[in-house]
Amino acid sequence: MVVGALLAALPFLVDLGLGRSWVRVLNFTLLYIMLALGLNIVVGYAGLLDLGYVAFYAVGAYCYALLASPHFGLHLPFWVILPIGALVAGLFGVLLGTPTLRLRGDYLAVVTLGFGEIIRIFLNNLNAPINITNGPQGINLIDPFYVGGVSLNQAHTIAGIAIPGSYNIYYLFLLLTLLVIFISMRLQNSRIGRAWVAIREDEVAAEAMGINTRNIKLLAFAIGASFGGVSGGLFAGLQGFVSPESFNLLESIMILCMIVLGGMGHIPGVILGAVLLTVLPEALRYIGDLQRYLFGSVLVDPSDLRMLLFGLALIIMMIFRPAGLWPSRQRSRELSDAK
Amino acid sequence: MGAGSAGTAAIHGGRRLLLEVKNLAVAYGGVQAVKGIDFCITRGELVCLIGANGAGKTTTLKALCGLVPTAHGSVHYQQHSITNHPTHEIVRRGMVLVPEGRGIFSRLSVAENLAMGAYTRNDHAAIKSETDYIHSLFPRLYERRHQKAGTLSGGEQQMLALGRAILAKPQLLLLDEPSMGLAPLMVSKIFETIRHIAGQGMTILLVEQNAKLALEISHRGYVMESGLITLHDTASNLSTNPRVRHAYLGE
Repeated sequence: MVVGALLAALPFLVDLGLGRSWVRVLNFTLLYIMLALGLNIVVGYAGLLDLGYVAFYAVGAYCYALLASPHFGLHLPFWVILPIGALVAGLFGVLLGTPTLRLRGDYLAVVTLGFGEIIRIFLNNLNAPINITNGPQGINLIDPFYVGGVSLNQAHTIAGIAIPGSYNIYYLFLLLTLLVIFISMRLQNSRIGRAWVAIREDEVAAEAMGINTRNIKLLAFAIGASFGGVSGGLFAGLQGFVSPESFNLLESIMILCMIVLGGMGHIPGVILGAVLLTVLPEALRYIGDLQRYLFGSVLVDPSDLRMLLFGLALIIMMIFRPAGLWPSRQRSRELSDAK
Repeated sequence: MGAGSAGTAAIHGGRRLLLEVKNLAVAYGGVQAVKGIDFCITRGELVCLIGANGAGKTTTLKALCGLVPTAHGSVHYQQHSITNHPTHEIVRRGMVLVPEGRGIFSRLSVAENLAMGAYTRNDHAAIKSETDYIHSLFPRLYERRHQKAGTLSGGEQQMLALGRAILAKPQLLLLDEPSMGLAPLMVSKIFETIRHIAGQGMTILLVEQNAKLALEISHRGYVMESGLITLHDTASNLSTNPRVRHAYLGE
């Protein structure tokens, strides 16, 4: 109850305390939580290192962009597009999974990395001979989230209280994030979740237990990808614009870092990782103001400092908390065992 | 070649035949590991497959349960062909392998490992009572049920692998070198258990390098040498066979 009330009041509190731009940061945080939880299924649960996860995010985003923009003249409502995006991304997940079934570890990572790049390059070049993706210019004027002719991206006044658009989007994202968390939790304790753990531990033994390792691995790719697809759709609707450059390798690595930092395979840990890595870079922007206040001018560019601190944080973490900031009990057993 | 498949069938009668392998061959790339072997197992039997390193014993087991593809030949199980069927299907039909090197999930607890054995089942009451049976068979596993399986000794891990396989409710249990890497005392304990399980009616195919022990507890035995079955007889005849004594029993 308390948590629920807090989550409901969060945009108001953030707006009061930090300003309107932070509500937007809050929305991106939710988006990244969904992405991180999706990748967590593939990497954390099934133990399949995927460096091309952003491809599914891109697929979801372009699904939304193509089905709700003047580009093709289609304007489907978002609740129709999001499931389509999830499904298409899931299919792409299977497409990636099928040729990589026999690969593990480094080799799998290299192939998935290539897959991520292929998708991005396709998006970049599919503007000729038929213009599908509009190439590097990206797709503009994407419809906002509409519910019954009412745009969620605009401010509304309900019962005398003005609710800005970013608040509405927050509630929409929150709802979907909670759904993703719920599905993740249910999966973890299911037969499928146990099969993923077994495959992560010892694939031959898992097979000898009667687990259909092929389907179970493909399922991990598909479910993980569909979470990415939903997040992608939300991203497109939030931004109103998508272009291939939003979906580069660095983004994949960032999402992976959220999982690793927080605690692979552990839902609260993954959420913590996503929150930290979305909020901290924003918070570090204030370092510039601080410098100006202290020294009269900006000595170190905050964005440079961001990367420096980010790298430092990862190194410190590897040394002191190799299982992540908030690991599951089992995962910390695994890592203490590896020493 | 010892007795051919026709002779074997005559000895044991076709009706109770559980597994029948005909002219099975397996190749890894260009290397033929198994070069066309015939054997069969009837219900309730404990049959061993003995032979030196690299004779193709493990490959044979893997081919039986679909972990490696067969080059030619056929595997019939319960009168149905299961040649090149996927492993998970074969397990569901009741043919369960205890892999070489035990293949336990070392970072899961003992209890979780046992639960994985029952992955294909959902008759919870029966699983519960069979888990109790495993615990009575191996009290050590009960004592250590919350412990990480990787921290068990080699012998305890073998017990765990055996228990986990039994929970998959096998009709035919395939054991790949259960004595591997174990202390002599532990080996005899494991073999005692295998004999006990077989005594309760479980059909077992035992692959072993330790020919002496394997022949002691088995009904029948096959001797494998560089991809071929070169001898086949009852276990007691094999253990007095001069060739076997010379090659495998150190005399």
